[in-house]
Amino acid sequence: MSRYFLRFGALGYLTLLLLMPVAFVFYKAFEHGFAPAWQAVTTPEALHALKLTLVVAAIAVPANTVVGIILALTLVRSRLPGRGVLNAIVDLPLALSPVVVGLSLVLFYGRGGWLGGLAGHGVHILFAVPGMVLATMFVSLPFVVREVVPVLREVGTEQEQAAETLGAGPFQTFRRITFPAIRWAVAYGVVLTTARAIGEFGAVSAVSGNIEGRTQTLPLYVKAQFDGFDTTGAYATSVVLALIAIAVVVGLRALHPKEESP
Amino acid sequence: MATDALALERPVRVGGYTAGSLARGVAMGYLSVVVLLPLAALVWSSRASGPAAFWSEVTRPEAVAALKLTLGVAAVCALVNAVAGTAIAWVLVRDRFRGKGIVDSVIDLPFALPTIVAGLTLLALYGPSGPFRIDVAFTRLGLLVALLFVTLPFVVRAVQPVLLELDKEMEEAAASLGARPIAIFRRIVFPNLLPAILSGVTLAFARAVGEFGAVVLISGNIPFKTEVSSVYIFGQLQAGNGTGAAAVSVLLLAISFGVLLAIGAFRRWRTRYDRV
Amino acid sequence: MKVIWIALAGVALLAGSASGASKGTSIDLVAYSTPKDAYGKIISAFQGTAVGNGVNVTQSYGASGDQARAVAAGQPADLVALSLDPDIDLLVQKKLVPKNWRSANKYHGIVSTSFVVFVVRDGNPKHIKGWADLVKPGVQVITPNPFTSGGARWNVMAAYGGLRRQGKSDKQAIKYLYKLFHHVPVQPASARDALTVFAQGKGDVLLTYQNEAIYAEKKGVHTEYHIPKATLLIETPVALTKTGLTKPAAKAFFKYLWSATAQHAFGDQGYQPVVKSVAASYHLNHVPGLFTIRSAKWGLNGWPKVNKRFFDPKKGVVAKIEASLGH
Repeated sequence: MSRYFLRFGALGYLTLLLLMPVAFVFYKAFEHGFAPAWQAVTTPEALHALKLTLVVAAIAVPANTVVGIILALTLVRSRLPGRGVLNAIVDLPLALSPVVVGLSLVLFYGRGGWLGGLAGHGVHILFAVPGMVLATMFVSLPFVVREVVPVLREVGTEQEQAAETLGAGPFQTFRRITFPAIRWAVAYGVVLTTARAIGEFGAVSAVSGNIEGRTQTLPLYVKAQFDGFDTTGAYATSVVLALIAIAVVVGLRALHPKEESP
Repeated sequence: MATDALALERPVRVGGYTAGSLARGVAMGYLSVVVLLPLAALVWSSRASGPAAFWSEVTRPEAVAALKLTLGVAAVCALVNAVAGTAIAWVLVRDRFRGKGIVDSVIDLPFALPTIVAGLTLLALYGPSGPFRIDVAFTRLGLLVALLFVTLPFVVRAVQPVLLELDKEMEEAAASLGARPIAIFRRIVFPNLLPAILSGVTLAFARAVGEFGAVVLISGNIPFKTEVSSVYIFGQLQAGNGTGAAAVSVLLLAISFGVLLAIGAFRRWRTRYDRV
Repeated sequence: MKVIWIALAGVALLAGSASGASKGTSIDLVAYSTPKDAYGKIISAFQGTAVGNGVNVTQSYGASGDQARAVAAGQPADLVALSLDPDIDLLVQKKLVPKNWRSANKYHGIVSTSFVVFVVRDGNPKHIKGWADLVKPGVQVITPNPFTSGGARWNVMAAYGGLRRQGKSDKQAIKYLYKLFHHVPVQPASARDALTVFAQGKGDVLLTYQNEAIYAEKKGVHTEYHIPKATLLIETPVALTKTGLTKPAAKAFFKYLWSATAQHAFGDQGYQPVVKSVAASYHLNHVPGLFTIRSAKWGLNGWPKVNKRFFDPKKGVVAKIEASLGH
């Protein structure tokens, strides 16, 4: 009985806050039919933006995943002093508004910044793809760590210790014992990281230069469409982003068939 | 499956001495280059004009009002998420209903959609022209709604993997001994979920503090009423007051850092009996 | 395994960054967002001319202030087309644009003009015709925040100048500004956001520019606008940067902006062309009571002084007005 109450409450909250907005986005994209939406997302600029978005995500997500797992293991298993501080630092990228992230990156890599001299030697970080990758890495850093840490704590170390005493090497232990225990957490971490990496607007916008056909990711392209009053196009492009995010979730779920809890 | 009470907490070597330290070194190096150094540049620039200028910037009435609003609404957002997110995760893992898979697949969408689209959608649905006759636009409630939207996945996705790994034996044992569902939840399930909930809460709080794109349209940016720090900082930057923008950013950063440290300490305190 | 992928990605990153050098006939245009369609047409036409043949023009559009700061931070730019002078002056300060950019040609670097108008609800139910009507009881005015939106500064100065033009003193005009802002229920971050908010049903009147209203109408967002009796001429500047001055193709493109074709492109999008022969075919040429940012008679003595007096983020008149909104 309480089960229905809970289900009703949760679904009600989700309907208002999630399902209606998502339905609205799809509705606005296809309001005038499938053809205008398709046209909007297959222009050369749109296709380039899609490619760029995927490239940036393909670099940022694996990097943050690997580093995230290592940081999580460090936070939970090691005896490193200052873990509390490290723990808080991991979340900081999120607490910064994109304006501030952009500002920090500009202050560091931009003209007159700490590494500003690089541009003079032909190494272009800002207003080029590397800057956008860095900005994306910055804002999508916390998720894998945050997902894995609680599960690692939950899981405990007995199995790993047992494996060690039985003579398993470090990578073996990780691959066969630790990783399977955290794989769901990693999966959800990857889902969140990917979603943020493909959807990030503010920070990437500040460092991309927004050069048409060169440094526009899909979110930047959406903004351009919106500025040009192409609302249908903007929503259609958002649908593309939504589909990528959904594909990642579905794909990960397919890779790890769930043990259905009765 | 809580940590074995008899096991001593020793560092488990993920790799042998060299491999483990190498991995950690790479991770720390990455963290420094990607996050810490740019932040250091920001902090440095806020110091550039001296402590007096820093202080005068952060004590301006509009800045203080924005700061209070930001922290307040972020706290409320985090709390609502703690409750709602846990409930949603529970329903997604333990419950069975038609369409569950679809719901599970779209939970992350608020996150994958660019913030402009989020803001526009919320304004269209829950603003003056909204089809449901709910108009929360340009109010603090509207601001909260926008923040709840973009932080939705955090607690849900943090609690889900823990729930999936949770061994149901204890709950079943308690039930067979006659405990009511609420008691089972409070005494057995909740303590195990707490670290995950707190993880999600820190993400939600952090995001709510830093959100710009999704709130800038629906909140109205009315100084002293619905203007959050991220918009205030943006305004100062656009107006040419880079020092002021950096100063307020650094203060907000410091406060957020403090809150995150506090939540971490709280978690350690609450789970102190799980460790030896 | 994963380490190898990361290493490869790192190599790709570096390769990608190193190959950013621009070729000989490539010029970089950095502009604010509204004239995008016009520039698209102009660039195609330019590439059809003898001097423009084979020239690649990269385009970047965004909010004027953001674009200025991006160029200041190192974004490559040969031409900057922004929405108001102070944004270009920022680049002069950073030594990226020559100090004498205004003397580039007889048009002082101004490539098109427009003016501040009132967008009202269909049929103008509240009969909003002049500046005095904006502060009638119950009237809600939408204007972007003057600090986040450089373009909103035109709105504020139009209001101030409008009052001065009607014979009010400086003190009275400033008092009016205080009153005006108390009629502003929301201050969207940009002009585009302001239009969205207004279109969604908030407010009775929107302060914007004629070209934005015309463009919106063209794109399907119905905007009924009214030109107030005394309004401010908006001048949109373009400048060649120091790097642009070294490229013949950039200089040719700059010159081309005042050609008949280019001016027609601006006119088609809702701007007022500045070249007299083209201007005659567009919109209204005679707006009664039109004044400029340099109309000293009405207390407007050019952007540098106006910016300092009104829009200094700490001591400016508008900063004080915003602070007063909390009480």
